[in-house]
Amino acid sequence: MPAASRDPLPPPAAVVPSRPRDGRPRDGRRRAGSPWWFAVPAMVLFAFVVLVPSARGVYYAFTDWDGLAPDFSFIGFDNFTGLLDDPDAVRAIWHTLLIAVSITVIQNVFGLLLALGVNSLIKTRNVLRVALFAPAVITPIVTAYLWRNLLGPDGAVNSLLGAVGLGSLGQDWLGDPQLALWSIVGVVVWQFGGYSMVIFLAGLQSVPKEIHEAADIDGAGPVRRFWSITRPLLTPALTINLMLSIIGGIKLFDQVYALTGGGPGHATDTLSTLIYKDAFTLGEFGYSVALAVVLTIIVAVASTGQYLALARGERAAS
Amino acid sequence: MKRYRKGTFVLELVMIAVSLVVAFPVYVLVNLAVRPTSDTSSPIRPTTSPTFDNFTQAWQQGGLGGALLNSVLVTVGSVAVILAVSSFAAYPLARSTARWSRGLFLLVMLGLILPFQLAALPLYQTMRDLHLLGTPWALILFHSGLQVPFTTFLYTGFLRALPRDFEDAALIDGCTPAQSFRHVVLPMLRPITVTALVLNTVAVWNDFFTPLLYLSGSTQQTLPVAIAGFVGQYVTDWNLVFAALAISIVPVLAVYFALQRSIISGFAGGLKG
Repeated sequence: MPAASRDPLPPPAAVVPSRPRDGRPRDGRRRAGSPWWFAVPAMVLFAFVVLVPSARGVYYAFTDWDGLAPDFSFIGFDNFTGLLDDPDAVRAIWHTLLIAVSITVIQNVFGLLLALGVNSLIKTRNVLRVALFAPAVITPIVTAYLWRNLLGPDGAVNSLLGAVGLGSLGQDWLGDPQLALWSIVGVVVWQFGGYSMVIFLAGLQSVPKEIHEAADIDGAGPVRRFWSITRPLLTPALTINLMLSIIGGIKLFDQVYALTGGGPGHATDTLSTLIYKDAFTLGEFGYSVALAVVLTIIVAVASTGQYLALARGERAAS
Repeated sequence: MKRYRKGTFVLELVMIAVSLVVAFPVYVLVNLAVRPTSDTSSPIRPTTSPTFDNFTQAWQQGGLGGALLNSVLVTVGSVAVILAVSSFAAYPLARSTARWSRGLFLLVMLGLILPFQLAALPLYQTMRDLHLLGTPWALILFHSGLQVPFTTFLYTGFLRALPRDFEDAALIDGCTPAQSFRHVVLPMLRPITVTALVLNTVAVWNDFFTPLLYLSGSTQQTLPVAIAGFVGQYVTDWNLVFAALAISIVPVLAVYFALQRSIISGFAGGLKG
């Protein structure tokens, strides 16, 4: 595919005409709509990997299958009612929401500040932009293992705090149930703050300079200019960023798996880690897919709700 | 509009300080990876007698060479399939106004929302029944299907914004839709193909959950799973672990710094999709 796209754009006359087919209309519009078979390979793969297994997942959520036995029975909503009585599951849902909302807020504020910083006249702006985005391309499981060591009791974070005279702030960042969840949020923000920055930056650079100059001449200060000019024009970038961080936060697995494994105790268990544990270490397959159905509903509600809210905001801003 | 003022200088210092804090973990990573195990001083103190022993040991004991090769195979194979089938599928989705076309597009949108955790477990059974578990082919098949909705969505959005005059002219001149796609549409898809290439490569290369499921117990691991296994095995010997982590990070950062312009604009390009 990339090889073909290196061809220069040929003028329409240079295209080899095919022989007219027997009796088929040569009308461009009718024939343009016809290549439905173009979509077949993609849809077969999509159906095999996503649609059919997802539908089966929903079905299994109403059974007591352990994932191995040849037979299982249909148990209605028992998995879902059982889930509400399971303190581990309720806690995991709460952790999932807390992590998703915290990441979304902190990462976007941090990303926006970084974007404003590198969108200024500072001389190092290009180097810093490349450096700040770099963590976003590194494998999350690898950065998570790195941070697991840095955040340990004798790790580099505590050493650094000690070196700058703040040794009393040293903590067992991942071993303390009160702190572990926030440490995970911090690691995710460290890794993907630069990603939010890049998207905000693309939005900032789409703001025409002339508008800022005109406002400057009219006496608007930097805060006023940001609020009245930049902010409304940043809405598309904000939409993308909120969507990415909220869905990424809800589905978060790698970082939790590597940093705490859901611990200490169950202090950082999320829906994703619980789904994995129930299915592959406890053999509660039906219950596990019921949790996955709950996860799906949360993602669906969050993304459509956000889409509708921001679509309204976008209309109001324009 | 503005000149470099005192405030700009202060901002410059603040931004450099923030970047140093962000880069701090990478410093510690390199510092500990080149440190002999006998050196137990503070992790932030620069290592005085650097050694490459950890790297050779990690490379041999972790089987990282084979894992690296598997990761390359899975990534290249998956991304090639994803780009091919998705750009194809986007053409009728963007151009046809028929009812089936709108229906398919809604299905693709549904695919954007469905979390892979839902499909992953039943698909595990299917892959087991097809005897595909433990092979890189399972992963290529999996990623190809999983990334189709997002990539098709990117291509469709891009195509809808392109004028269809060129294609219409080609069709009036007697091209078949396939010829018009090959000679007229495909060359125009280049910018969005860069975005799709970058985002899919990073997604497939970095994936951990799927190979953890589909390659578990197999000797053919991808790099993230091999690293996770290595960490589990050598958890007390962090210098060795850090060398393994560095080995997996170096190729990624090397590619990133070499192609940073395309990669960053690729990530930002999803914005217009």
